[in-house]
Amino acid sequence: MSNVNLRGKRVLSVKADDVLDCLGLYCPVPISETAKKIKSLDVGQVLEVLSDDEGIKMDMPAWCKATGNELLSLEEDNGTFKVYVRRLR
Amino acid sequence: MVGEAKQVLGDLQGVADLETRNKMTLIVFSGDMDRVLAAFNLAITAAAMGTEVTMFFTFWGLNVLKRKRASGSGKGIMRRMLNLMNSGTAEHLPLSKLNMFGLGPWMMKRLMKQTHLPSVEEMMKLARESGVKMIACSTSIGLMGLTKNDLTADVDGVAGAATYLGVASESNVNLFV
Repeated sequence: MSNVNLRGKRVLSVKADDVLDCLGLYCPVPISETAKKIKSLDVGQVLEVLSDDEGIKMDMPAWCKATGNELLSLEEDNGTFKVYVRRLR
Repeated sequence: MVGEAKQVLGDLQGVADLETRNKMTLIVFSGDMDRVLAAFNLAITAAAMGTEVTMFFTFWGLNVLKRKRASGSGKGIMRRMLNLMNSGTAEHLPLSKLNMFGLGPWMMKRLMKQTHLPSVEEMMKLARESGVKMIACSTSIGLMGLTKNDLTADVDGVAGAATYLGVASESNVNLFV
């Protein structure tokens, strides 16, 4: 699913079909917005969630597990998290 | 990073298998803004995780469901006094600490706005949209001399302890706030 770029960082080869910007928002908004947004995607499509709430690191995997969606990757870059979720159902 | 998170979740799995647990109840006894916010936060998140959530509002928690200028049935001087002195709505709830005659909640609301956190009313709206059920306790309504007309349209029903226990016994997470 991921490759390594020139700087040695793992990058996703998957392209997001939609982006949800949750920068500056705290729990529970990123999760409740993700739950809303993912319904607008087709099954199999990928949602990219941007968040600077540290809690997303644990919350998004937990949400994916509870809802049966696939967590493709979770990258941190200088306090900003980029999460890729594939809608499975 | 996904690996790390998955490992932590794997560890948690031994305690609770999230997939088989999909009902939750909350008793909102308190009418304090901070406590009510915590209750709604959990309710909204649980609903986002596919959990069926029921919130029971009782005693001071009923203030959350009260309409503006809810006056009650006016039966008896004590009830009238109670409704006069306990005239909160979702927009006007005190803090459990540092209330300082309303200065605390005012500051808290400003801070929440600055950090883009939803207020109690907004949380209620979010909860409604995500299918959270809200039940008002019939005993508290009777005790405080309120009528159904004193409650907002957000209320799904009025019920008692048996209804709560019925739902709670089917649920895996039951919280008292």
